[in-house]
Amino acid sequence: MSYVIEGSSGPWEVVIGLEVHAQVISQAKLFSGAATEFGAPPNSQVSFVDAGFPGMLPVINRACVAQAVRTGLGLAAEINLTSRFDRKNYFYADLPQGYQISQFAHPIVGKGVITIALADGSTREIGVTRLHLEQDAGKSLHDQHPSKSYIDLNRAGVALMEIVSEPDLRTPEEAGAYLRKLRSILRYLGTCDGNMEEGSMRADVNVSVRKAGEAFRTRCEVKNVNSIRFVMQAIEAEAKRQVGIWEGGGIVEQETRLYDPGRGETRSMRSKEDAHDYRYFPDPDLLPLVLEQAWVDELAAGLPELPDAKQARFIAEYALPAYDAGVLVAEQATADFFETVARGRDARLAANWVTGDFFAAMNRTGRSIENPPVSAADLGALIDLISDNTINGRIAKEVFEAMVETGQPPGAIVEAKGLRQVTDAGAIDAAVAAVLAGNADKVAEYRSGRDKLFGFFVGQVMKAMAGKGNPALVNEALKKALAVG
Amino acid sequence: MSLDAATVRRIASLARIAVAEEELPRLAGELNSILGWIEQLNEVNVDAVAPMTGAVALALPMREDRVTDGAQAEAILANAPDRAGEYFAVPKVVE
Repeated sequence: MSYVIEGSSGPWEVVIGLEVHAQVISQAKLFSGAATEFGAPPNSQVSFVDAGFPGMLPVINRACVAQAVRTGLGLAAEINLTSRFDRKNYFYADLPQGYQISQFAHPIVGKGVITIALADGSTREIGVTRLHLEQDAGKSLHDQHPSKSYIDLNRAGVALMEIVSEPDLRTPEEAGAYLRKLRSILRYLGTCDGNMEEGSMRADVNVSVRKAGEAFRTRCEVKNVNSIRFVMQAIEAEAKRQVGIWEGGGIVEQETRLYDPGRGETRSMRSKEDAHDYRYFPDPDLLPLVLEQAWVDELAAGLPELPDAKQARFIAEYALPAYDAGVLVAEQATADFFETVARGRDARLAANWVTGDFFAAMNRTGRSIENPPVSAADLGALIDLISDNTINGRIAKEVFEAMVETGQPPGAIVEAKGLRQVTDAGAIDAAVAAVLAGNADKVAEYRSGRDKLFGFFVGQVMKAMAGKGNPALVNEALKKALAVG
Repeated sequence: MSLDAATVRRIASLARIAVAEEELPRLAGELNSILGWIEQLNEVNVDAVAPMTGAVALALPMREDRVTDGAQAEAILANAPDRAGEYFAVPKVVE
């Protein structure tokens, strides 16, 4: 399976690299003691450091450094025990210092890797070039006044991790899978909440196109795309635009672009030639960041089981198919929910219920795994009722819906509604006899070779028993009754 | 290496410093003498010397992750040339 853009001159390969800005989960900002909480009144969480007042000195937050190291460890990356902060100089209204404190030449985390799973069941390893710490900028509101922009510096100085991938991605699907996997890892680690709607995770997408076997051509950067779906759309739109330029005899210029989801196209953002001249230099306010190996080891020892390891364990321990295991481990809370349901029970049955009826009910009711429509304990109890033959699978679905509706445990619903499965041979034989007597023509057809009618008889008997017959016993009784001619 | 007037004009514009046209040659001269001095330093062989990142051999001190600052919007906005409620107001900047 290879993804190409078909141009008039033949197929073009797409080359994609992603720069993800992930807001670090911490109480205070990277270099100041102001709070990071989202949604506070404007400029209420700003220190003089964040506002770029003269004479203020930044002091780094140990927890933010720990989060970057933990993320690096989670990406199986090199941790650089010595790193350094640089100033990235540019002027914008939401950057009061006139520079962003970032790490250019010596990032805290070096090369790592993210394994992505694709729809066809294959996996690919995508290289991570680096992860560095930097300050977020403030927020500009452009729609409040006809000629003014409003600036809120609450976000200014919040710690960001910029995670840069190698240009290893080749399709929009791979880019989507990379972002989902990265978000999953960050959420497991608790280093970023991964919320793209609130902007705590944002992606810049580097796109170029080339003919098979060529070296890389000029890339364009599509900035600040705020959903995985838009990232995938932006890649296709931008790749098609570049193919059009090359095939029209033009040259793609390296530039920063924006994706407009309404029009489904990218447009140029900064035409100024010096947009990328940031004149980095080491920040004279900050000494080198030196970590002790013992501290890094301690952080490594405290890491949770990450999605890949958990998926491998689910496959080995519960004998789940890789796809189901992947779905269950995407969110830690879902994996925990599943394990509570599966513990001591038929794990595949548990997986089917969680990924099937339970997920459907969660979507339908708009609930979440943290506030589930049915508790893990109750879902487990329902599976127990199936396994010990108290109810059959079809009735179980009915009981499940009643659980969603009433919040009652399955046992109480089964008793109240009289849904207990009928295993009494006499009752089943009576129902079978009645159905056969009422369908003499079909019985004759069956006996003359129309085997497919068997399902019809099963349906009729179950109907006669209000769905409560034990399916195995019904099948057995039917076979016996139909055989004696 | 030698800077011409056009490069100095560009550096000034990147730094948002207004420099009159007639000042450019003098600034170019000053910057060139600084660069000349750096070039002189570059002649020293430092192959076996670890890069020095600061004048003092200290590592970065760190602080604990506690909220100790903020809740002072009035002080933050006190010097703003223009404001709207608790926001800074600036000439519209839209890409």
